[in-house]
Amino acid sequence: MDILTSNISTGFLWAIMAIGVYLTFRILDIADMTAEGSFPLGAAITAHSLVSGVGPLAATLLGFCGGALAGLVSGLLHTKLKIPDLLTGILTMTGLYSVNLFVMKAANLSLLADVKTVFTMVNVGDATLTTIVIGLLILLIVIGLLVLFFNTEMGLAARAVGNNQAMAAANGINNDNMKIIVYMLSNGLIALSGSLMAQTNGYADVSMGIGTLVIALSAIIIAEILVRNVTFGQRLLMIIVGAVIYRLIIAGVLQLGVDPNYLRLFYALMLVLFLALPLVEKEVKKARERAANKREMNN
Amino acid sequence: MTTPALEVHKLNQWFEKGTPNENHALKNIELTLQPGEFVTIIGGNGAGKSTLLNSVAGSLQVTQGQIKIAGKDVTYQSVAKRANLISRVFQDPRSGTAPLLTVKENLALALKRGAWRNFWRKGVRREDLALMKAKLASLNLGLEDRLDTDIGLLSGGQRQAITLLMATINLPELLLLDEHTAALDPATSATVMALTQQIVSAQNITTLMITHNMQDALKYGTRLIMLDHGRIVVDLPQEKKQGLTIPDLLDLFKEQSGEELNDDAVLLS
Ligand SMILES: Nc1ncnc2c1ncn2[C@@H]1O[C@H](COP(=O)(O)OP(=O)(O)OP(=O)(O)O)[C@@H](O)[C@H]1O
Ligand SMILES: [Mg+2]
Repeated sequence: MDILTSNISTGFLWAIMAIGVYLTFRILDIADMTAEGSFPLGAAITAHSLVSGVGPLAATLLGFCGGALAGLVSGLLHTKLKIPDLLTGILTMTGLYSVNLFVMKAANLSLLADVKTVFTMVNVGDATLTTIVIGLLILLIVIGLLVLFFNTEMGLAARAVGNNQAMAAANGINNDNMKIIVYMLSNGLIALSGSLMAQTNGYADVSMGIGTLVIALSAIIIAEILVRNVTFGQRLLMIIVGAVIYRLIIAGVLQLGVDPNYLRLFYALMLVLFLALPLVEKEVKKARERAANKREMNN
Repeated sequence: MTTPALEVHKLNQWFEKGTPNENHALKNIELTLQPGEFVTIIGGNGAGKSTLLNSVAGSLQVTQGQIKIAGKDVTYQSVAKRANLISRVFQDPRSGTAPLLTVKENLALALKRGAWRNFWRKGVRREDLALMKAKLASLNLGLEDRLDTDIGLLSGGQRQAITLLMATINLPELLLLDEHTAALDPATSATVMALTQQIVSAQNITTLMITHNMQDALKYGTRLIMLDHGRIVVDLPQEKKQGLTIPDLLDLFKEQSGEELNDDAVLLS
């Protein structure tokens, strides 16, 4: 039971990160590697702030802002210097590694047991349950705000940019600015996830970002396989389900006794599988049609 | 004297200047449109028609010359910057709309063309729905009931009609149409042309329309311009354009440029 709830709570935190990745991935059609740096950045900033005596809410918000700033950097590199999106992400991610070390002054920063976090601010009794409740609360607030934003004049413009840049420009939308805004929101959320992860785990680590993008994309794709053609808000809610399912699969694999050192290989293989699934589906369908046609011809 | 809607002054465009492939696509173009003029542009393949329109729209930076819209110098303004003055319908029906957004979301975007977009005001406002419905109904395509449909699911003709609506839902100083019916089947093309005529004349919109259809070029508009090798070789006002036939037009072209009109679309029609 405890394993289940703790995995669900991790799944919720992954969902925040996956929602962040979703914004760049599906709205801008960019797989943004910045995620791998902004996730530990959020963790680092929050851990450092908490250790320095900043309140948990402010420390968490600072984590978000740090991620948004990283998004701003990537957004500027991509739009103003026209650096290809993949390279942009790699550049910012690489730079952030040093930034994160600078923030933490070490490769690893532990939160002492008496440091208050957003998860210990209120006490529902059971610690894991509190984590789940607060995680879900934050998720719902994030989704609510995103749905509101992407239905405002500016949010609509941002979606148009991802859809059709020529049309957006012809309607007076500054493509660059909208992309930068999406970059910032996306990385802000990824950092928020990192910040919360540090607060539940009790430490921040420079290498905790490795695999971020692959985990997030897996959660997104599971969500998309589960249901197609839903509204933006429903899609974000489905990502929570996707992230939890993904986390449970991983937990199951660990239960089977797989060495945690091989986990990232497993992450990668799973994503390959998810990405290949639609193709396999199509090929199977084609093979069936071919067989049916052959039978028809032989009659 | 009223301010002209469009002034193109000494416009020159080169492609790949300074290379062996150098192409002087527009040569000293002088063109002035008075408010309310509806100009059709014809010319052979590669004559420079799209280059002219792209220069006016801002999607192509001007190498030399000046472009003013409604008296404002827009020569170095980005496409987005000058969108408050210009609207545009592209040749490809997919280009003018955002496919994953609904019909009403697309129209809402067009309602704010060139204006500042807030992040606290709703993108689609309820009070605009009636206007959207009325405008869609005026197209006579039954689209007024499809406000919540993703625009990508509509046919090319339907999308092009909506793009036309989006381009004119807020009156532009200048409307640009680059072969906006060329990708449609003949019947749909005729419908969209008729709608164009209806909207442009009802609201007296200054319009530049490129077409490969000589018939349309003669039938529609109040002025006809012929481009050849980057130059305006014929410029006919309404009086001279009236009564002209397609053979007259082809003769005129030959007279002015010394060659046959090398336009595959014309040969086919
Ligand atoms: N982006 C570009 N780069 C290089 N050359 C170009 C570019 N765009 C147009 N050209 C060249 O400029 C000339 C004018 O092209 P333009 O597209 O304006 O012709 P057009 O009159 O619109 O022709 P069509 O009727 O075929 O559409 C052509 O020789 C074309 O090859
Ligand atoms: Mg052209």
